[in-house]
Formats: sequence, C-alpha cells, structure tokens
Amino acid sequence: MPDIAYWLIGVGLAFDLFGCIGLVRLPDVYNRAQAATKCVTLGTCVMLAGVAVAAFGESGGAIWPMGIKAIICAVFILLTSPVAAHAICRGAYLSGVPLWPGSVEDAFGPRAQDIRNEQAAAQTQRAEHEETQAS
Amino acid sequence: MKWLMCMLSVLGLWLLLFWSLDPWVIGTGVFFALIVGGLLGEIYPDGIAKALDPRRWFFLLVFLPYFLWYCMRANVDVALRVIHPDVPIRPGIVKVRTTLAGEMSRTFLANCITLTPGTLTVDIDGQDFYIHWLNIDTDDEARRTAEICGRFEPLLRRIFE
Repeated sequence: MPDIAYWLIGVGLAFDLFGCIGLVRLPDVYNRAQAATKCVTLGTCVMLAGVAVAAFGESGGAIWPMGIKAIICAVFILLTSPVAAHAICRGAYLSGVPLWPGSVEDAFGPRAQDIRNEQAAAQTQRAEHEETQAS
Repeated sequence: MKWLMCMLSVLGLWLLLFWSLDPWVIGTGVFFALIVGGLLGEIYPDGIAKALDPRRWFFLLVFLPYFLWYCMRANVDVALRVIHPDVPIRPGIVKVRTTLAGEMSRTFLANCITLTPGTLTVDIDGQDFYIHWLNIDTDDEARRTAEICGRFEPLLRRIFE
C-alpha cells in the first residue's frame, strides 16, 4: 500500500513539474494558463490521491480523516481550477492582452468587442445616474 | 427547499471534514450551516430533485473514469509538447456550438473542456463556446465540434438533463 502511495505522489510531482516548465516555455497568457490548469490540476489531484491511499492503507483507521480531507481537496481543485483559468483568460482578453503572434485563429474578437461596448455603456449609465443623484 | 438543501450539504461537508460526531462539532456545524445556507441558498442550483434518480448516478460513475482517461491523455500530450525542443503548438481561439441546453450541463461541459486535451474555455455565449486551443489541427467546423465537445456531450446529457 505505501508503495502505491509513493508512486502516485511521484507521478503527481512529475506532472506538476511539467506544468511549471510549460509555464516558463509557452509563449502567451492563454497558453500558459493551459499548462497551469491541466498539468498542475491533475498533478495535484494525483498527489492527493496518493495521500488518501496512504491514509486508508494504514491499519486502525486513526488517520482516515486525513484521507477524507485529501479527497475533498481533490474534488474542490477539480471544480475550481478550470473556473479560475476561464476567468483569467476572459479577463486577460477583455483587458486587451494580445494573442501570441504565432496564433492561427481568433474567433473571440467580435464577441469581446461586444462585451467591452456593453461594459462601457453600463459604466456611462452608472456615471450619469450618479450625476443626477448628486445634483 | 433550496435553502434547506444548501444547509444540509454544508453540514455534511463539515462533518466529513471533522470526522467526529461530538455534540460540540455538530452544534457549531449547524450554526455555520444556518449562516452559509441563509447567505448562499439563493444561488444553490435548481431542480435538485433530479439528483435522486439512480440512473444519473450510474452515468456519473461511467463518466468519471472516462473523463479521467481523457484528462490523463491531455496531460501527457501537453507535457510532451512542453518538453519538446521546438514547442510544437498552433494556438488560437475557435468557436464551437454545443447541443446541450441546460445551465448545469453547459457549466460542466465547459469545465471538462478546460481540463482536457489542450483546450480552454474562454467564454460562453448561450450555446456558443469560445475555446482557446493549444494545437488547432483541423479547419473543419464539424470535426472541431466533435473533437472538443462530442466526447462528453452524450454522457453529460444523461447525467444533468
């Protein structure tokens, strides 16, 4: 049982390492977010699975709570890290971070312009509203 | 109903984290469940009664290993690209259309897309997904849709719709 746990933790560490190398080697925000979400999410989840295996493999059940916490953490990371990556990329695009020049396609441009216009309209509306309230 | 479900799930999570049935633990758990449920019950997902259908749980159990397999493949693929001396990528943002209509199923599809082969959901507009793709390998709309969403759509529809 401990052998399996160590193997899982080792594999998880390897994936985390690849994620970090990707963070350095890939060109722009969007590509880096790809490496950061995929490799690091799976790497960390595999490590937590290793911790859970180690905890449940121990006789007596004295450290079961650790295993349960590890599993709950893995579920939370799986649910939240894609949302965070999505928010970072969307925010980066809307605030004008350009795609890497080697990118072959950009279908998001028109939609992003729409969103920016909407936000600008909402902002001017709010400013006008405040002005009328102040006067 | 929604508020009650939210409180119960928060309490369940609390008890799992503490892993004891001490009266003090249960008491503080109920206290915080009431606060959290009262504040956030509003945004708890609708139609929670669907979760009682055992068929949905069966498909969820089928889906998990299937998803983990693709997740694994995605990771190996990205890791190989990253350590390759030339960094062979053809990135870009593409637009695909999904056939899923439910809010919950689309959310999960977006998350699954983000966690699998070189794709990352940048934005959702109704049923249009804007995907940042690490390695665009085809110009054909239908093949792109099949490659990005097609893998998960049938199972997610059975689970959430």
